[in-house]
Amino acid sequence: MSEVVFANEMDEEMTLNMGPHHPSTHGVLRFIVKSDGEIIRKAIPDVGYLHRSIEKIGERCTYPGYMPYTDRVDYVAAMFANECWASACEKLMDIAVPKRAQYLRVISCELNRISSHMIALGAMAMDVGAITPFPWALRERERINDLIEELCGARLTFNYHRIGGVSFDLPKGWSDKALRFLDMFDPAMEEFDRLITNNDIYIKRLANVAVISATEAKDWGLVGPNLRASGVSWDLRKDDGYSVYPELDFDVPIGKGLVGTVGDSWDRFWLRCRECCESSKILRQALVKIDEHPEDDILGKLPKKLKPVGEAYARIESARGDMGCYVVGRGAEEPYRVRFRTGSFTAMGIIEAKSPGLFVADLVALIASLDVVAPEIDR
Amino acid sequence: MKAQEIFERVRAKLGDEVATNLHEQAGGDRDAWFQIEPYRIEEVASLLKTDAELHFDYLECITGIDFPDDKQIHVVYHVYSYAKKHRIVLKCMLDREDPALPTVSSVWPTANWQERECFDLLGVLFDGHPDLRRLLLPDDWEGHPLRKDYTEADEYHGIPTVRPNPIELFALRVPSKAGADAGAKKES
Repeated sequence: MSEVVFANEMDEEMTLNMGPHHPSTHGVLRFIVKSDGEIIRKAIPDVGYLHRSIEKIGERCTYPGYMPYTDRVDYVAAMFANECWASACEKLMDIAVPKRAQYLRVISCELNRISSHMIALGAMAMDVGAITPFPWALRERERINDLIEELCGARLTFNYHRIGGVSFDLPKGWSDKALRFLDMFDPAMEEFDRLITNNDIYIKRLANVAVISATEAKDWGLVGPNLRASGVSWDLRKDDGYSVYPELDFDVPIGKGLVGTVGDSWDRFWLRCRECCESSKILRQALVKIDEHPEDDILGKLPKKLKPVGEAYARIESARGDMGCYVVGRGAEEPYRVRFRTGSFTAMGIIEAKSPGLFVADLVALIASLDVVAPEIDR
Repeated sequence: MKAQEIFERVRAKLGDEVATNLHEQAGGDRDAWFQIEPYRIEEVASLLKTDAELHFDYLECITGIDFPDDKQIHVVYHVYSYAKKHRIVLKCMLDREDPALPTVSSVWPTANWQERECFDLLGVLFDGHPDLRRLLLPDDWEGHPLRKDYTEADEYHGIPTVRPNPIELFALRVPSKAGADAGAKKES
């Protein structure tokens, strides 16, 4: 759909400003939309409203002192930036993480993945006009927030991971609470599917809208659920096998085009639903397997002074896909350069290329289905 | 493919002077990397992507790093192959006074925004880039903040960039008991 031919020479191009405070832009984003009636000729994204120069701040903080700032890279899924920063530092300084801490990381991250996807799914449904799923999704997210609050004391910006491990072990009785939550969550997901995913109106609204092919997805550097929805089976948890993921049994769902074309907006929605179920499967196993490892062994041995020389690039699978952290040290207490590569940033880049020919209302569906989160774009 | 093989293949196809300085995964370098002649980065990129053996279809990350000591700016490319499951890091070392190199956005479209960000924050010019504007900062911003010698301007359009320390402000308005005692002693 990249070429749009306008038969009428007399058409009038209209410039429409969407944002920065548009309710469907997931944060503060702005689009300058050039349209002919309802059909978009070009949508130019304008980002930077949430730029907090996290990379520059990194050059002024000590290695452990930077951890709270990484929460703000993506505040909907803060656990992943925590883990990414921690693993980049561990790679740079050759720090081994105890098994129990790795399980705690997996548990906290998978919980966070579900809660992040809940926001994504609920908000996407709301963006295209279905109000009910949003509070349903938030209800599940609220329970996860309660669990994480009990684990680390915070509900949004967790600051839970540490270089070499995590900050707290599981509280007494927490595993049972988490399992009880999962027992409620699995049927709730089925209910959610009945409510919205397989809803006829919803399918008609989203099937075949804004199709992204596998080649396009790779070329534009889409990652995570967006890439998998286009039919590319690629998940760092499976293919890179970092942390303790190789010990856990789970599937990587990929887009199949069940109601339309592979890589359409509905596929991206459906895929996130399936990922939540897989996360629940991972959590059930991890909550059992964690007991094999001694309690309170949650922080590895760190050198007395963290003054590494060298560079490392660590990658993890965050809720929005491959998140990378590149850190360069030059023998000082502060890193010389920190770089975060995030999923939303590249997802945002494709919108300008995909938008010509879409309806204005479908642009909203495209943005929502790519699950872009403004702080992660701007950092 | 190992880093050594990738390095050899690039040299065999494009000549020895294009790729130099191979660093295997050792010591401080946690990922294997080699250096690319900056003005030929586009050729290297398209070879990496189209060659059946190399098949690097995923550009992960473009990073710019400022090294004022060496009078250089490094542009670092992390690339990966979904098909072959191997990765490599490429580095281009540019003159700090005049950092410019060809764009790779024609090879990997995802480079478009990453290069814009690199231009915005470090002032690296990417020749042939379709739309090289500032991305994160306002269009009329002065300077490139990730350069090591960047100094923040005092204000931007009348908005001060430095705020008074809130703790000091608080102490001024509500003097603590200890502070008041110390003040009294000084006066006496």
